[in-house]
Amino acid sequence: MYLNQFLLLSAFLFCAGFYGVLTRKHSVLVLMSIELMLAAVNLNFVAFGAFRADVVGQVFALFVLTIAAAEVGVGLAIVLLIYRNLKSSNPDDLDTLKG
Amino acid sequence: MTLGSVDLHPWFLENAWLIPLIPAVSFVAILAFGKRLGAKAAWIGIGSVGAVWLLALGNVFQWIQRVNGFRATESEHGAPEGHLEAVSAFGRSVMRPFSEASHHEVAFVEPITRSMSWWSNGGMSLDVGIRIDGLAVMMLFVVTTISLLVHYYSTEYMKDDRRFTHYYAALSLFTASMLVLVVADNTVQLLVGWELVGLCSFLLIGHWWEDKPNSSAALKAFLTTRTGDIGLLCGVAMTYFVVERATGTGSFNIGAVNEAAMSLGHEGLAKSLLFWCAAGLLLGIIGKSGQFPLHTWLPDAMAGPTPVSALIHAATMVVAGVYLGARMFPVFFQGFDIAGGGVNLMAAVGGITVIIGAGLAFVQRDIKKVLAYSTISQLGYMVMALGVGAWSAAIFHLFTHAFFKANLFLGAGSVSHSGAHHSFDMVDDMGGLRKYMPKTFATFMIGTAALSGFPLLAGFFSKDEILATAGHNGFEFFMYLGFIGGGMTAAYMTRCVWLTFFGEYRGRKHAAHGHDEHSHDDNGHTEPHESTFPILMPLYVLSFMSVFAGILFAPMLKDTIGSSIFSKFPEWVEPGGDGSLFVSFIHPEFSWKDPLLATLFAAVGFGLSYLFFWKKAFMQDATQKNKALRQGKTFLENKYYLDHLYTDIIVGSVKGPIARGAYWVNQNIIDAVLRLTGGGVRKVGQFTYDVLDQKAVDGVPNGLAAITGAAGGSTRNVQTGRLQEYALLILSGTVVLGGMVAALVWAS
Amino acid sequence: MLGAQLLVAENAFFYVIAAVMAYGAIRVVTTNNIVHAALYLVVVLAGGAAQYLLLGQEFVAWVQVIVYIGAVIVLFLFGIMLTRAPMKAEEKLTNDLRGAALIPTGLLAAILATLCLDAFSDKTVDLVSPIRTKAVTSAIFRGYLVPFEVVGVLLLGALIGAVVLARRD
Repeated sequence: MYLNQFLLLSAFLFCAGFYGVLTRKHSVLVLMSIELMLAAVNLNFVAFGAFRADVVGQVFALFVLTIAAAEVGVGLAIVLLIYRNLKSSNPDDLDTLKG
Repeated sequence: MTLGSVDLHPWFLENAWLIPLIPAVSFVAILAFGKRLGAKAAWIGIGSVGAVWLLALGNVFQWIQRVNGFRATESEHGAPEGHLEAVSAFGRSVMRPFSEASHHEVAFVEPITRSMSWWSNGGMSLDVGIRIDGLAVMMLFVVTTISLLVHYYSTEYMKDDRRFTHYYAALSLFTASMLVLVVADNTVQLLVGWELVGLCSFLLIGHWWEDKPNSSAALKAFLTTRTGDIGLLCGVAMTYFVVERATGTGSFNIGAVNEAAMSLGHEGLAKSLLFWCAAGLLLGIIGKSGQFPLHTWLPDAMAGPTPVSALIHAATMVVAGVYLGARMFPVFFQGFDIAGGGVNLMAAVGGITVIIGAGLAFVQRDIKKVLAYSTISQLGYMVMALGVGAWSAAIFHLFTHAFFKANLFLGAGSVSHSGAHHSFDMVDDMGGLRKYMPKTFATFMIGTAALSGFPLLAGFFSKDEILATAGHNGFEFFMYLGFIGGGMTAAYMTRCVWLTFFGEYRGRKHAAHGHDEHSHDDNGHTEPHESTFPILMPLYVLSFMSVFAGILFAPMLKDTIGSSIFSKFPEWVEPGGDGSLFVSFIHPEFSWKDPLLATLFAAVGFGLSYLFFWKKAFMQDATQKNKALRQGKTFLENKYYLDHLYTDIIVGSVKGPIARGAYWVNQNIIDAVLRLTGGGVRKVGQFTYDVLDQKAVDGVPNGLAAITGAAGGSTRNVQTGRLQEYALLILSGTVVLGGMVAALVWAS
Repeated sequence: MLGAQLLVAENAFFYVIAAVMAYGAIRVVTTNNIVHAALYLVVVLAGGAAQYLLLGQEFVAWVQVIVYIGAVIVLFLFGIMLTRAPMKAEEKLTNDLRGAALIPTGLLAAILATLCLDAFSDKTVDLVSPIRTKAVTSAIFRGYLVPFEVVGVLLLGALIGAVVLARRD
């Protein structure tokens, strides 16, 4: 198999996540899109690990997984806090930076 | 070469890792049991440092054996081939070995190294270990000796202190950290020890933190040295890449770094890598060793207890910078191109510090501050010596300076403790103490003489060697700078001694202690008196060393008497070799010019100061008598005129404006710069607001404000406050930038 | 290279899974039902795990299944529940940046695709030697012990942080 099969799939997933981060109207969905991007990065790591027959790709993928899990935990806690304070989970309502 | 006569597994050297470990254990023990033991807790510290001192002595003896073994083996096999290259290392034809008879060949003495992996990560691993060579053994000896004396001295000096156990715990931790720094076999371990001694310094300066100036001084010391540590951190990181560039695999190992630095050439990237590495390390040295312009913390650090000043801020911690410079000398040697002569960064920093420090010492009222500025000046000598390639002389000065400066500090502590109601003010609370405390006076005089370069004492030989080598290596300017600094040293020390020990006692004999340094309840201390044995004993030991330590490296005596004892120090400490592992050093041939010139400068400094203080006192007394005898005494009148000339014009012009100017620069400009970098943004903002905004621009700006308002109003629409629009803009920018980089890479 | 193309079964699996993943990914970022989005994310992540298996990297594949599908998705569902998000497709869940966001997304896709095609178009993945779990663990606990510990501390920090943030007081 070509390496590019995996890389292009990963690029596609990454772009989908990118789009989701910019367009979703619910904070939890934005977090999901970020997970999508991280999954894409992981696929890249694993593909390169297999390509180079090197275990490091898998090791890094595991670290990314761990950090993604931590990020979801803290991210959801923040979303919950915002929801409790603003009664909304739409990122558009967080407009205190409006000039 | 065969190593038949060399003990391959010397016990003391191979087990030098015990040396930092024992005080570390003692630190924990004092913390754990200190409160219960009370004053006996000191003896845990003293016992551990005593044990460490014995180990250090064992190290010294085995190292000397090792050196002799290596050198004996070498001489059986004739002179090494690298000898001529070694001579051309400085690229000057005038260089010849220090003594043809004993130094015609110098074998590289393998250091003892042991290490284990501390942690590893990917391809990189960090070790923790020991690297014992002559330099490290010398430092082990100095640190443990001074630390032991200070531990003992403190039992009396710090008696009944309210944080007695904490004090001893911190002393133990300091000793342990300093020894970690000394034995470190890689730069990261060295950095760990370096930061730990900084921490201990902070703790001990702020020992009496209830008083605001003390805690401020502790903070200032910590933050100022931390400024230098930014450079050190970068330098240490770069040592890894220095080795990587030379050998292909990076390493923090000090031996590897030195070898890599020696092998890297003078061209292109390697040269600038070495330069920046050396510059970063030099910044660390500037911070830690009180070099200009980061020296301002050291005088303030005198807020700590006096034994701490002697141990940390005179003899050991502040020379950590010099030690680093000596340990990593090949990096500086190549990075600053020291062999080329002329001016380099390191020598310049040291040279400026010599003069600045000595000038400032003139205008101090506080005896410890005189000594602090003197320490700065002497550290300047050491850094300058490294900068001019006088490696052996620099560390020899480190060696002798540790003894005589600790002697002076402990003497000042004795004066303050027993003679001046815990005050350090020479002008108000001292004077005439010679009669009350003759033993302290004698030891203090020996320390002063050694520091001022009195012939045949320790400081004379070490300073002389620095200046002789500086001149020899093509740094004539720095040599004369050093001579002038020597003269200034003699002059301010004369002033200090006069104010403290001569004249009339100016302290209040029966007053309450207005300048109490700590809550020492001393009912019997109403009259100045001699100190007790725990204070005097360290003074005797240190005075002995101040007198005799110099003979280990005394080319003058070697030239006249000819015994090999007079060149033992460089023989034991220098690594030797052909210049591939470490710089190989060439000692200048002895000439009478240098010691005579140095003595002349010191004598002039002493003489001017003497005329100013003693004679002025004498003349003030005598003019009243002279009124009766005036007619026949025009001769005295002439002398008075000369005195006037000396005091007002020469000494006055040296002492007053220059010193005050330097002090002003120190207090106003340098401190201001440091303050600015600390809280500067606010100040700049304030200035902009007060001066520019409120005064200068106030007439003009209505139109400007309107324009700005319009511009702001139009750009305001971008600031919708919507997170995802911000994200869109940021990410689009990132993508475009990424695309441009990709296009560039693709195009090339 | 010939060998790479002759692996019919693997290639077939890859393209089928990739198509499912791509569809899932698009649905995650476009669907108007938030629970469906979470389930589509499960599809994408499971497909990713399958791709890892295809590449012979089994340990990370199973970790992906356990951690992502087992824990993270459940966490997401809890998050949806606690924020009382609309469970049914009654309002649009995408904002008015839909069109604008397509521009940088398309640009990014173009750049990534160009770079991949330019740099790796003739590289093939050798599937002969799958990497065993033993090798992974020895790499983590020998070569990468310190990052491993650091990540452990990070997880602890995240745990405490999440508790502190979400506490109701």
